Amino acid sequence: MQRTKGQKKNQWKAWLYLLPALALLAVFTVWPIINTIRMSLLKDYSIMAELSGTKFRFGFDNFVKVTRYPSFIKCLGNTMLLTVITVPVSTMLALLIAVALNSIKFLRRIFQTIFFLPYVTNAIAIGMVFMAMFDIIGGGPGIEPSSIGIINTIIKAFGGSPIKWVSTGSTKTANMAVLILYIIWNALPFKILVLLGGLQSVNKQYYEAAKVDGASRFRIFWRITVPLLSPMIAYVVITGFIGGFKEYSSVVGIFGEDMGPAHDPGRLNTMVGFIYENIKGNQGRASAAALILFAIILAVTIINLYVSKKKVHY
Amino acid sequence: MAEPKKPAESVSQETPAAGSLTNMKYKSIDRVSKMQTVGKVFAQIGLYTFLTVMAVVVLFPFYWMLISSLKSFNEYNSMKQTFWPRQIQWNNYAAVFANKDLNLGRLFLNTCIVGIVSTILSLIITVLSAYAFARMEFRGKNFLFGALLATMMIPGELFTVTNFLTVASIRNTYTVLIVPFLVSVFYIYLLRQNFMQIPNELYLAAKVDGTSDLKYLWKVMIPLAAPTLITITILKMMGAWNSYVWPNLVARDTMHTLITVGLRNAQFQIAGTQFVNYPVQMAAVVLVTIPLLLVFIFFRKYIMRGVSRSGIKG
Repeated sequence: MQRTKGQKKNQWKAWLYLLPALALLAVFTVWPIINTIRMSLLKDYSIMAELSGTKFRFGFDNFVKVTRYPSFIKCLGNTMLLTVITVPVSTMLALLIAVALNSIKFLRRIFQTIFFLPYVTNAIAIGMVFMAMFDIIGGGPGIEPSSIGIINTIIKAFGGSPIKWVSTGSTKTANMAVLILYIIWNALPFKILVLLGGLQSVNKQYYEAAKVDGASRFRIFWRITVPLLSPMIAYVVITGFIGGFKEYSSVVGIFGEDMGPAHDPGRLNTMVGFIYENIKGNQGRASAAALILFAIILAVTIINLYVSKKKVHY
Repeated sequence: MAEPKKPAESVSQETPAAGSLTNMKYKSIDRVSKMQTVGKVFAQIGLYTFLTVMAVVVLFPFYWMLISSLKSFNEYNSMKQTFWPRQIQWNNYAAVFANKDLNLGRLFLNTCIVGIVSTILSLIITVLSAYAFARMEFRGKNFLFGALLATMMIPGELFTVTNFLTVASIRNTYTVLIVPFLVSVFYIYLLRQNFMQIPNELYLAAKVDGTSDLKYLWKVMIPLAAPTLITITILKMMGAWNSYVWPNLVARDTMHTLITVGLRNAQFQIAGTQFVNYPVQMAAVVLVTIPLLLVFIFFRKYIMRGVSRSGIKG
């Protein structure tokens, strides 16, 4: 009798401990899931219309509309392009850096600290630095610029010709190049940290065996390092894809809320940018876009897990 | 040519140990080990070159931000880019503090208030829920914990669409900046894992001594889990410092603007022109970045722990 009593008392107590967390989660996590789905399924929903008593037709109208919306297609295209380029490149680079770090002793800690630095900085603030580095100051039709910026100066020193990377009149390709560079710069630290952690836990015997067999460095890398690291590689690829599809701050950091150079605002807008653009006036559309984003992230994660199940060596 | 010779000499000094071998064998082994050592040296040179180049790329934006913040506008804005300021201009920093549009002092204050209050409240909520999940028995515990973890899959934008409407009546308050993000499932998970490592015997011993649950939590669990709590504190403070999207949506008045939002939206134009005063802007970026770098230098271990833990789930 007493034991059950004690357990019951404990049950009640456990819920009390959980109360603050559960109450907040109910309001800011559970309700949003329900309400965002609801808004996405009501035709032309907006909070203003609802408050003034409008009744909305139920259906998949918002989803159909969103996917036919040119601005959404552009955002989706930009996001896909950024993700498809930055994830493989940054993963490969991070892997090379992690392997290099793992095979040196002298100065290793200093290098490790340097490579981790971008992680602790502010994405918006350093985006502004990238803007400063690539920007051409002054100039215009027929007027010489007063400064071509440091990156163009370096390009010129190597014999290239200055390019309008981010300023008025720049091409979308040039904008994208800067953005991709910045996203990779930003993505490296986390990937290096995870991969280096993985490398350090790899059993050294595999390498010694390979060395005895006279395997080349290249062969050791592809046949031993990559397979043994595959769970970590799968992990950084999945989180990379998720982060890539949620790209937003890097664009704001470099180009500001305009999401593009002054002559073509919105040119570099992303999926998340599209959601925030519509959040104030057109919540039905924003909700549909958020759910599409969720579906894409879920699908990419499942595909990644499925592929890695086949390829990953545990 | 001089470099490969050096290791070759050191090899021939070591090889007399193999003196019992026949001349033929001795020579071929010597040649192989010579080649191996030479290869090793080249590989090491290659590794260090690669790491140094990458380190320069990673560090360059920081370097450029710092030296640009100390240049005069005329020096920055000229065709001849300098890698060290001709004359160090500390008054760029004075200009940042004098910038009424930026109002840096107020931004620091707002961000500190939001950061400190949300960290304290978040710690209390996290400790209580992690304790319930780690030490208490109640019906549906595993299901509830699984459901919480599952919400981590959902992109935050999906919640934001609804939360933006939920907080409509309390925009431009500290509450709206603090409350929606108090519960982090990831922190609960992190702390629960830590709590579970503390042996149950301690709890039973405390029970025999008649210690209450809360006292046990306060006197035993919290001190033992201190490193995780420090990690959570740092990540939470950094979160307030770096957050952009939510505060930009819901709190844009002077009294509640957070630092990153303020930095991005401030004007750094030179009066009456279209020229951005990059040196002053970079000085502002430095002032926002330095606190983060200091936190990183002093709490490196805790930050890395938090990040790598998030890397190896389960």
